[in-house]
Amino acid sequence: MQATTSTETHTDTHEDHHHDPGFLRSYVFSTDHKIIGIQYGFTALLFLLFGFLLVLAMRYQIAYPDQPLPFVGPLLESLLGEMALGGTMSADLYNVFGAMHGTIMIFLGVVPLAFAAFGNYVVPLQIGAIDMTFPRINMVSFQCYAWGGVVMFVSFFIPGGAAQAGWTSYSPLATVIPTDGQTFWLIGMVLLITSSLLGSVNFIATIIQLRAPGMTWMRMPFFVWAQFVTGFILLLAFPPLEAAGVMQLMDRVFDTSFFLPSGLIVSGEPWDTRVSGGGSPLLWQHLFWFLGHPEVYVLILPAMGVISEIIACNTRKPLWGYKSLVYSVLAVGFISFIVWAHHMYVTGMGTKISTFFQTTTMIISIPSVIILTCLFISLWGGSIRFNTPMLFALAFLPMFGIGGLTGLPLGFNFSDLMLHDSYYVIAHFHYVVAPGTLFGLFAGVYFWFPKATGRMMNELLGKIHFWGSLIFMNLIFMPMFVQGTAGMSRRMADGGATYAAVELANEGVVGALSEAVIQLNTFVTHAAFCLLIAQIPFVINFFYSITHGKKVENDNPWEATTLDWQTPTPPPHGNFDKPIAVYRGPYEYSQPGHDTDFTPQNEPAKS
Amino acid sequence: MEIPYTVKAREDTGLYNAKLGIWLFLASEVMLFGGLFSSYILLRVSAGEGVWPHGLMNIPIGTFNTMVLIVSSVTVVMGWSALKLGDFAAYRKWQLVTILCAGGFLGIKSYEYNEKFHHYEVWFKVPRQLDGNEKLKNQAFIDDGLVSKEKIGTIPSVVGHIKGAGAAWSKKSLEEAGMTNVVVELDHFHYRIPARFQAKISKEEKAHGHAHDKHEEITVSLDEIKRVSAFVPNHSTFFGIYFTLTGLHGLHVLAGAIVIFYIWLPGAGMWRKDPERYANRVEVSGLFWHFVDLVWIFLFPVLYLL
Repeated sequence: MQATTSTETHTDTHEDHHHDPGFLRSYVFSTDHKIIGIQYGFTALLFLLFGFLLVLAMRYQIAYPDQPLPFVGPLLESLLGEMALGGTMSADLYNVFGAMHGTIMIFLGVVPLAFAAFGNYVVPLQIGAIDMTFPRINMVSFQCYAWGGVVMFVSFFIPGGAAQAGWTSYSPLATVIPTDGQTFWLIGMVLLITSSLLGSVNFIATIIQLRAPGMTWMRMPFFVWAQFVTGFILLLAFPPLEAAGVMQLMDRVFDTSFFLPSGLIVSGEPWDTRVSGGGSPLLWQHLFWFLGHPEVYVLILPAMGVISEIIACNTRKPLWGYKSLVYSVLAVGFISFIVWAHHMYVTGMGTKISTFFQTTTMIISIPSVIILTCLFISLWGGSIRFNTPMLFALAFLPMFGIGGLTGLPLGFNFSDLMLHDSYYVIAHFHYVVAPGTLFGLFAGVYFWFPKATGRMMNELLGKIHFWGSLIFMNLIFMPMFVQGTAGMSRRMADGGATYAAVELANEGVVGALSEAVIQLNTFVTHAAFCLLIAQIPFVINFFYSITHGKKVENDNPWEATTLDWQTPTPPPHGNFDKPIAVYRGPYEYSQPGHDTDFTPQNEPAKS
Repeated sequence: MEIPYTVKAREDTGLYNAKLGIWLFLASEVMLFGGLFSSYILLRVSAGEGVWPHGLMNIPIGTFNTMVLIVSSVTVVMGWSALKLGDFAAYRKWQLVTILCAGGFLGIKSYEYNEKFHHYEVWFKVPRQLDGNEKLKNQAFIDDGLVSKEKIGTIPSVVGHIKGAGAAWSKKSLEEAGMTNVVVELDHFHYRIPARFQAKISKEEKAHGHAHDKHEEITVSLDEIKRVSAFVPNHSTFFGIYFTLTGLHGLHVLAGAIVIFYIWLPGAGMWRKDPERYANRVEVSGLFWHFVDLVWIFLFPVLYLL
């Protein structure tokens, strides 16, 4: 009797010590990879919404130049003062929103959601690990991200406003622009880069070190491979941007001239009495795009990984060409480091260099096409389940296809000279990232939601969300191809009204924008607002399903094979209730001679 | 629930987690410094003739600092190997030397920085004529192979100390201090003179009995001055990249020293509880320390000698 009591007391203290860490330790400073994944996901979704709202304000200004913004006009005026005088958007404010829309969507929205949120939640589960290798570093990574977000957000409200020189922050413009917003931007970026550095070290180390027994490299789910390559890209491509950021910070704070050429004149004032000159604006562009292009693959690879999982599961057959997929994703990772200067054809860096980068750019499209082709062929002959995650995954394929193929004219330097900096470019990369990556990520949210919460998301609302998004995404971005090829330049605060053919001043001017092209602005803006409405079912669905969704009947509602579905739901701290071992490949669906049409990776071979 | 391979190596990879982690981190650091070194190369090759400074660094002191870091990278290995052999006392001694070296390096670097902040270049609005101005000849660029003091030309600027100026003043601070004229104590050489010619001039002067005992001075009216800069980051792209690279490197030295010190003193209790893990920590911090040393081994020739 006495013995039992003492054991109980022991258990109690043990539990006090380990299982009641308090609210802050459980939800804010958590070291559990699943909580961190959810933190990342939640924050990133909020930033995605915020970035979307910024661009909606811009779209209104493009369609109705210099008219007061409906609903939010007075609010903007009271928050931002002169920049939104009378509730209309000034050109400066347009530049602020444009720069911050890009920054927020990429660095605070899509990357954290694709890499950090899904990676954190799913990768350790899929390789059979109990957590990441460095849980505390993982926590610091999220904290750096959150503070980076705070710095970016606060910069809207400082005098002069946030960064205005575009998300690419080209110097000298970014250096001489008279607002501290750019300095905030740089400090925010340093924090975000630190976050992604810590995250990528953690991911790579986890995948190398913590794979469960039997989880050989070629038994890893494709999603894990995609995250592995993404980790390396972040690890190696971001530091040169950090170097560039430090140099631009030096230029702004200590008046150095890394990116300021000799003889620079700003608004009629010679700049070389203040600084030494002798710097190179091209240097910034090289360093920026050394990250900037691999970053594209950081955006797209995790989404490809997500939809591979979903397609394999919902076609009930193995992925076609698993090995080709793996080698292609590795090839993409390597080649992504030597294509960056295809963003710089118009800088006059020389035809030989252009030729080199044009060649590598064409080469990298080969493994990308292999990946897409493998996924398309995987559909062949499958008995496809058209649930919401699968719809998004299926839509990803043609949408990313459009985005990728329209990139080819931009990769050839002769056609890029015409299309550079036009709406065509905007349409191209938004097809890759918005209906491409974002659809992949929506698919992932719908797919792993039951694992994280124990409840399914509503199918009807999901389908409304899907069809609305699909239709309006295309109505937004397809016309932009037309506008771009007609010569409409991006980054114009009035949507090209100054260059309209109907303006008297532009009479007889070659290349003036026709009325039809200008009118597309209004059409696109309406579609953009409809897209916002189409997201409402998702928001309702998301929050409603957390508490009221249909409960899952078992731990593996999609009847999937990978290890993430062989855990309790939701997975507890430590993930697996028993030691786990792997006996087979990741996609053993519809194996002959098996009772069910799926064979989990941890099921031993019948002897 | 414990995360595996925190202390023992995983069999198929041969690494424990932290060792893999630090190597990945260092790979990223290589790219960071690689970006800066590449920028250095690009800025230097695109600089106009005679613009890129030479010979402004204090080479003896830089050499000494290099030796300090090399010594520390020996002692950091000796400390770790002593620990692996179970000799904690020896580890303590070796690592003490490492920490002292780190402190010494930073101290010397601060002295060097301060020296630079008090050294000035003054650019004229109209380049000065050299003819008849004996004092300015040491500051002129002599572009052919022969050192000829009779060469006549113009010079856009002079370097030296400004009498009465504080650290890192600008033209504005000179005006605010109420100066109308500035007295510049000229350096023996301007950077426009390549180092090999400086050596020749020195030899000639010694042969003629002109010792470097006193500085020549010139007085310049503030109105004639276009720009004044101490040897601070905005002096030129050279000093920009010099301060960026050495500053970032200095932060790495500081961070490494703090980590090594933490393991050495406040965190040493782990040695009794978990010696293997403790030795791993020392190894990982040592790997970082070697990287920091290695960066300096590249920085020293690139910034001081080339």
